Formats: sequence, structure tokens, C-alpha cells
Amino acid sequence: MNKFKDLNNIESFTHFTDVNISDLKKDILLKMLFKMILIRKAEEKISENVENGTIKCPCHLAIGQEAIAVAAALSMIKDDKAFGAHRSHAHFLALNDDTFSLFAEVLGRVDGCSKGMGGSMHIIDKSNGFYGSVPIVGATIPMATGAGLSISLKESKNLSISYFGDGACEEGVLHESLNLASVMNLPTVFICENNLFSSHLRIDQRQTEMYTSRFAKAHNIESIVIDGNNITDLYNFMSTKFKSVRDTHKPLFIEAITYRWKGHVGHREDEDVGVERSQDLRKWRNRDPIKLLSEELIKNNIISTVELNQIEKEIISKIENDWNKALKSEFPDKSNLNKFVYS
Amino acid sequence: MNKKIKFSKGIHTAFDYLLENHEEFFVIGQGLWSPWYVGETMKDLDKKYGKKRVIDTPVSELAVTGATIGAAITGFKPLVVHPRVDFMLLAVDQIVTQAAKWRHMFGNNSSAPATFRAIINRGGEQGAQHSQSLHSWFAHIPGLKVVMPYDANDARDLLISSVLADDPVVFMDDRWLYDEEFIDKGLKLIDLKDVKPKIIQEGKDITIVGVGFTVKKIMDCKQELSVLNIDPEIIDLRLLNPIDYSSIINSVKKTKRLVVVDGDWSSCGLASEIITSVVESVNPQDLISKPKRVTLVDAPAPTSKYLENDYYISTENIIDAIKEIF
Ligand SMILES: Cc1ncc(C[n+]2csc(CCOP(=O)(O)OP(=O)(O)O)c2C)c(N)n1
Ligand SMILES: [Mg+2]
Repeated sequence: MNKFKDLNNIESFTHFTDVNISDLKKDILLKMLFKMILIRKAEEKISENVENGTIKCPCHLAIGQEAIAVAAALSMIKDDKAFGAHRSHAHFLALNDDTFSLFAEVLGRVDGCSKGMGGSMHIIDKSNGFYGSVPIVGATIPMATGAGLSISLKESKNLSISYFGDGACEEGVLHESLNLASVMNLPTVFICENNLFSSHLRIDQRQTEMYTSRFAKAHNIESIVIDGNNITDLYNFMSTKFKSVRDTHKPLFIEAITYRWKGHVGHREDEDVGVERSQDLRKWRNRDPIKLLSEELIKNNIISTVELNQIEKEIISKIENDWNKALKSEFPDKSNLNKFVYS
Repeated sequence: MNKKIKFSKGIHTAFDYLLENHEEFFVIGQGLWSPWYVGETMKDLDKKYGKKRVIDTPVSELAVTGATIGAAITGFKPLVVHPRVDFMLLAVDQIVTQAAKWRHMFGNNSSAPATFRAIINRGGEQGAQHSQSLHSWFAHIPGLKVVMPYDANDARDLLISSVLADDPVVFMDDRWLYDEEFIDKGLKLIDLKDVKPKIIQEGKDITIVGVGFTVKKIMDCKQELSVLNIDPEIIDLRLLNPIDYSSIINSVKKTKRLVVVDGDWSSCGLASEIITSVVESVNPQDLISKPKRVTLVDAPAPTSKYLENDYYISTENIIDAIKEIF
């Protein structure tokens, strides 16, 4: 049976919903807008500097996928713990707005969040709940599960988050972790950002069905398929459900359907890996999570176009400042090569 | 003029030969339908031989490697590609605890002649989790052959012989060698059982052993060594397990000095293994100086280019080590 007939026709995706701001306060709506634009502009800055060669480490950009990280970050409370993967700039910035330490890190400078030892693929900010991201696909899924275990053992009202992609669902460790979280009642939220691709292969070349939430069902974990580009739906769901995860210590699986605008890695759109996506990409750009929210805000007189432009201008100026400051940061001391190997 | 062959072309030629001449051969692994993962080494093979024998896969290293072994046990001579050594580590049980033991524990009633091709893909600020080699780890395992070519002719001929061998083989090729050019000596069918370390330059003052990319680094020192009036004998190890030490021992008996250059960590590594094996067979009074090893800094790979430059072995590191024992 072909369960993929819709993939070339995104208009037919049944999970798409309209942004609905009616139940949300202005300050949270503005935070959503600010954070999504900040992430977008920061990653555009990174993209530009990957292209011109200033940034040398591999950067996997999440442009187009910003809503998921922002909704999750705004639903997190103190001592919740999130783990990311190779495409994690958004997860990091959604929690801290700290473009300086991200820029310094991707430039390999000592003021970076990993002191210049990690680059784009190994970023961390424990103080804001981001416990680390790594580029080995699936590697942090059991760790987030273990963070759930530590919350469970302490009997505290918190949760852990595992961010991963549709590709990571093909690794055995996802399935082992789901079973573990389910049978041990761990407060872990598995967030699958299903962008329909794993590097050059679309999901129909790798799996027999579009939705990865079927794996949660197999382990009796509550799951939802949600529009990953709709920030209000994401936030309404997460902010409510996260509370019950903290209370009940039962895992949750959120599958957010989305699309990355850039290629798998770097600034290009994908032609470098031999994939033609321009048709799809045009359609997905119409479902830009930032545009979907900002249009709604303007339509409902929450902000004006002038105010929106002002917000963008302020963000761009922050980013320029942080970028220039990061460029002036030193490289790590050579002794750091040996210094961080053991305690 | 002698025809030249690039290292990457050597690998490509081996695949072409195997797919053309051996029905029992297929190749499977991540990225085989994309030019991006494996560079020029497998370009358009899927178009020429079909996606049934050149198979791209889900992100499932453990299952894909295990399935390769299963196909090998049941009659094929398959090869699985891991675009980085780091990704292959998800499949270590299948390689080390299953395939490597299969013949011995079943009293020679079965074998698992799969080849595990892992690409060493380091540098470029990729950092700790995308830069490992770990060849010594695999060379530690009885039952598992480990091949690491330096020369493009070896890349071709050793890849073919690894696949056709009746043993499981880890074949590691280093991306830093892909654009290196060598005189094309033409495809030669060899038996992996006959492969020994190769003396690629004869000399009388010091024996220098390298493996894979470090052989290139040693070759890059030749000019400076001749300025220093040192005439080195350079040996390319090629097969890391099992190792036939006779040529290295004879060479050291002649030159009376030994340096091993290995692009991995020093502790429990290949360089210590080679030095030990030589020292066990040479009388102390026959050595003019202590043997020496040149290895990576004993730390995970950093990302920052600034630190990468210090981390990887340079020709200066090798020259300094040699000077120390002269
Ligand atoms: C264990 C492992 N296998 C393969 C890779 C190569 N790789 C890096 S990212 C990636 C794609 C993963 O896709 P997905 O999980 O959907 O995340 P996305 O890139 O779409 O965000 C692959 C195959 C890797 N880094 N680690
Ligand atoms: Mg994906």
C-alpha cells in the first residue's frame, strides 16, 4: 500500500491548521515572534558566513523549522532539561537568545558556549536547560530518557525533552528508548521534527509511512501529529501537555511535521546532494512559521507593520553587534587541547 | 609518460570491477545514491549497475551491517559502507562479537566474509564525533582483518582482495588521500593472505613505518631528511591484522633505528604494537637508539581550525621525532 501519495502535494496534508491567537496573551505572542525572528536572522547570518568561508565547521540550519523549538522553550520551566542533535541552533537560541555565544562557538572562539571546542554540532547551555547537542544521529535520545530517569528518581515536577528527526527514528536506539520511557514511566517528551528528509533521502525512500508517531503507539506512549509550522497550535498543546507530563511522569511523543529550507548541511538549498526540491520549497515557504504568525498579529491589530519592522530592525542590530563581537573573540588557548580530557 | 591514477579512482575501479565480474557482490550503505557522502569513490555506480546492487539505506547502521553479515553467511560477498568510522561504531557488536567469531566458534563450519568499509573523514572543523579512526581497536580482534591503503593501486587491489577474501575485513580509506596521484600499475588480482608490509623506499639509516595517510606524511619528509643527510627506509604497513613482521624486523636489523607514525592515539595503539613486536625480535645492542612513535595528541579531535593545526600529525612532528634519535 502506498501511504505516501500526498508527499508531492503538501496542500493535501491533513495536519495543517491555521494560526489562532485568540486564547493567547500579547506578551507571549510577542515572545514567539521575537524568538522566531531572532533564530531566523541568526541562522541567515551563519549561512552567509558559511558561504563566504568565515565559518568553517559544518552547520546544519533549521531555517523554516523555528516554531517547534520556540514553542517548546516557552513551555519549559526551570530545571526542565532538553537535548538536541546536529540541527540544534534553534533549540539553543529559543532558550537563551544568546547569539553571541552561538556565533563565537561556530567561529571556534573561546567565548563560545563550548569554549570553541565543539563548533555548531556540539552546543550546550546547561543554565538555561539545554544539556547538549551532538551529531551522532540518535545519540541523545537515550540520554534525554536518562534525564527523565533522574527526574523520576528525584520525584521532582520536571521533564526532559529529546529533539530528533525522522531519520533518527530509523536507529534502533529510538525504539529501545521509547520502550524504556514507557515501561519505567519517565517524564520524557520525545519531539520528532519530521522534515520529511534525512540528508538526501526523502522519507518515502526510507520508511513505509509518513508518520513516525506510529512508533510511539507501539510502545503505548501518548502521541500527536501536529503542524510544525503553526506556533500557536504547538504552544497551546505543549504548554498544557508538559504540565501533565511533569505531574504524571508519563512520556509523550510529539511529531511536528515541518520542512527545512536549506540543504542538509550548509548554505545551499540541496542541489549539492543531488536533490531537486524547488517545487516543494516554494510551497513550504508559503507556510513560513514567522509569516503565519506575523500576518495574524497584524490582521488582529496586535502589532502594526511598522512595529513588526521595528522588531526586525532591533534583532538585526543585535545580531550585527554579536557577530562583530564574536569575530573579535580569541581562539582557544592551545593548552585546552589537553586540559579538558579528564577532570 | 606513465599513466596516473588518483586514490579515489582506485577505489572506484575496484567497485566497478567487483560489480562487473562478481554476481555475488553487492554494496550497501548510507549515501550511495548521493555524490555527497562518499566523494568520487562510488560515483554513478548506482546508475551503471542498478539500485538493487548499489543500495542506499535508512539511518540504521546496526541493522544494515548485521544484514550485510547475514548475506555474507548465506552466500554473498557483500560490502557495507560507513561514510565515517564514527557511524560504524553503532554496529560494533555485529562486526566484533559476531562476524569476527563466526568461523572459529562454529568449528570452521561457517564464515562471515563481509567487508566493512569505513571512511576516515577528519579535519574541516568537524570535531570529536566525526574524526575518529580507531583502526587499532579493530586490529585488536582475532578473526577480523584490517586493511588501510596508502597507494591508489593498493586501494584498488586491496579492496578487491578484501571483498573476495573468505574472512570479515575492515577496510579503512582516508579521505585526505582521495586526490593523491600515483603511477597506475594496472589492476592486479591478489590474495589478501599474501599481503605483507611494503617497503616503498629502501634506505640505510632509519626504518620509518606508516599506515594509510601517515605514509604520505612520511613521504612528505623525504626532502628534508635528505638535507639532514638521513637515508630512510619507508614501510607502508597496508594490512594491520594480522601483521607479518618479518620485513619490518629485517629492516630494523639493517637500519638499527625505528620510528612508527600512526594517525591515532598512542595508548594501546598500533605504534606501540609494532615497536613491541620489533623489540621482541631484535637484540638491544643491535639498536643504535630507542624506538620512537609519532601519534595524535591523546585527546578528542577539537573543532577550531586553530587547534586542529596542532592536533594532527605534521611533517615537523615526524622530523623532530627522527632528530631526537640521531
Ligand atoms: C549514527 C549516524 N549515522 C549517520 C549520520 C549522518 N547523518 C547526519 S544527519 C543525518 C540525517 C538525519 O536526519 P533527521 O534525523 O531526519 O534529521 P534532519 O537532518 O532532517 O534534521 C545523517 C544521516 C550521523 N551523523 N550519525
Ligand atoms: Mg529529517
